[in-house]
Amino acid sequence: MNEAGDWPLYEIFIRARGGLDHKHVGSVHAADAAMAIEHARDVYTRRQEGISVWAVRSTDIVASDPGEAESLFDPARDKVYRHPTFYEIPKEVETL
Amino acid sequence: MSEAVAAGGAPARPAQLFDYLLRIADTSLVLAQRLGEWIGHAPAIEEDLGFANTALDLLGQARLLFAYAAEVEGRGRSEDDLAFLREEADYRNATLAELPNGDFGDTIVRQFLIDAYQIVLYGGLRKSRDARLAEIAAKALKETRYHLRYSSNWLVRLGDGTEESHARVQASLDRFWPHTAEFFDADDLDRAVTGAGIAPPVQDLRADWLRQIEPVLAEATLQRPPDAAHRWYGKQGRHSEHLGHLLADLQYLQRAHPGARW
Amino acid sequence: MYTQGLAEPPARAGAPEPVVEDAEQLRRFEARIDAEEKIEPKDWMPAAYRRTLIRQISQHAHSEIVGMLPEGNWIGRAPSLQRKLILIAKVQDEGGHGAYLYSAAETLGVSRAELIDQLLAGTAKYSSIFNYPTRSWADIGAIGWLVDGAAIMNQIPLCRCSYGPYARAMTRVCKEESFHQRQGYDIMLKLANGTPAQKRMAQDALDRWWWPSLMMFGPPDTDSQHTALSVRWKIKRFTNDELRQKFIDFTVPQARYLGLEVPDPELRWDEQGRCHRFGEIDWSEFHAVLKGDGPCNRERMLARRDAHEAGRWVREAALAHAAKHRRAAAMA
Repeated sequence: MNEAGDWPLYEIFIRARGGLDHKHVGSVHAADAAMAIEHARDVYTRRQEGISVWAVRSTDIVASDPGEAESLFDPARDKVYRHPTFYEIPKEVETL
Repeated sequence: MSEAVAAGGAPARPAQLFDYLLRIADTSLVLAQRLGEWIGHAPAIEEDLGFANTALDLLGQARLLFAYAAEVEGRGRSEDDLAFLREEADYRNATLAELPNGDFGDTIVRQFLIDAYQIVLYGGLRKSRDARLAEIAAKALKETRYHLRYSSNWLVRLGDGTEESHARVQASLDRFWPHTAEFFDADDLDRAVTGAGIAPPVQDLRADWLRQIEPVLAEATLQRPPDAAHRWYGKQGRHSEHLGHLLADLQYLQRAHPGARW
Repeated sequence: MYTQGLAEPPARAGAPEPVVEDAEQLRRFEARIDAEEKIEPKDWMPAAYRRTLIRQISQHAHSEIVGMLPEGNWIGRAPSLQRKLILIAKVQDEGGHGAYLYSAAETLGVSRAELIDQLLAGTAKYSSIFNYPTRSWADIGAIGWLVDGAAIMNQIPLCRCSYGPYARAMTRVCKEESFHQRQGYDIMLKLANGTPAQKRMAQDALDRWWWPSLMMFGPPDTDSQHTALSVRWKIKRFTNDELRQKFIDFTVPQARYLGLEVPDPELRWDEQGRCHRFGEIDWSEFHAVLKGDGPCNRERMLARRDAHEAGRWVREAALAHAAKHRRAAAMA
């Protein structure tokens, strides 16, 4: 139990429709996993926003450090050759 | 699920179907009215939302049933006329639904007992020879499965929680249990609609109901109370002292402004 | 439902001094704000930005939760099954919005429990409007029409707030609230076209809710010293007076359509300024209500505290149950 007796925090991810990824929508407090799902349902899907819910204890999420964002993500910036638009293909060549 | 509905028998008179529909509709209406009192006062915001969802489902069921009852009656009354403008003794809800909210544990126990009852009832009605009622029951059954999941999970948490919570919900269960007898005590109306293939035989539903309830009570470490001598019959209009007060709130504007539109 | 441009008191004496901030970090932060980039929870942000957001988002969340009470007062007495469904759904939405907003505030490193403790201890503010009583069914109409109308005016710009979680929560809130104002006006329409008693009810509700609704936008810009910083950091995009004026210009014709009279003898259309001129707002009432001396402040707080206290054994039981099962699972 934390100091104020509130329930632990769960991050909530919802799949809006079949074929889509689960997307982070916010968090709920819940005492246990079943309650987290019920709370997510009542808080985040009152208007048919989802067909599937994931709940993850917030403390179990490992996140990258924004301070390291440059070293983590900038190196991908100059790798232009990974993108198809980098290559010029003669017009005559089709379906490539 | 019980073998719900008799294959044949005498068709029910419209008045009997009407009375029977009111029993189901009134239980949902009155229970929703009680749950509505919680909104803004629950132990956590998420529980405000949970009770509100259940109340919305129950009111939705009541509306479908009242609308159908009004058609069956054929006297031009609307769903609101039926919901708001009857005398106390003409409400046919199960007595348990009208009992005051008490604490959160009381509300959960009352909800659990009724949810499990509605599961077996709607499960039977889904196979009713009355197609309209069968359709309403099928929709309601889906909603009720969630209600029962919600109330069962809470009952387990409270029963198998702290010493205090265990004592509280065991006391709630002891107090409410006698009110469940009327669910399964068939009277003339029950026999008539069962005979007509409209409704499952209520006396047979009890075994199914217990099958829903007992594993949850066991997980919640709660004792099933003994059956009591006195039986309440809200379904025949013989209510507790509490319904009148509930109706005073429910009916206030309709009574104070006859004929007004809202 | 809504947040208010509350007068923000200067940091209280005795509060920890903000750490001296790195000028370079501040410059980079402000450059991101200028470039309309969103700030996310773990990003560097000035302490004052964090403080302002926590205060504003939590006040907003508290307002949603306290706001359930005046409307909840009529759930039991809603006059038709349909109205009862709508009202329950609406009050439920307010609770949902409170939940989204507490969730957004928690990304700033404060717990919901702390924020709720502040509310219950009376040290946090919430919108003054919810300290007025709902005496008749028409008040439910007036709240939807006026209070939610004012709220939407405040909230739409917040969907573009520079803090990502707040902006996302507000986008969700605004999407859901579009029905709240309409259902309120719909109630007013029925009453205004109803029996003489219903019409009186509607006019009486407008009389009582008009001025408090105008106060919802907060004190005049001249008295709101923190607006400038909030605008600079794109927490806020319009000033209190700008939003208030817009609200009046939208609402007056709606009242006229209902055949109701706005209770302001000085209200008139200014052809040159293309806007409505209106009478002076009684700011002493606003400050009194905000300080705790409104008609229902004590009742609202009592209701919240009662709910919190009465729910304590329930919350504890749920935690105890979860702990038992974690232990059981660990031993298995």
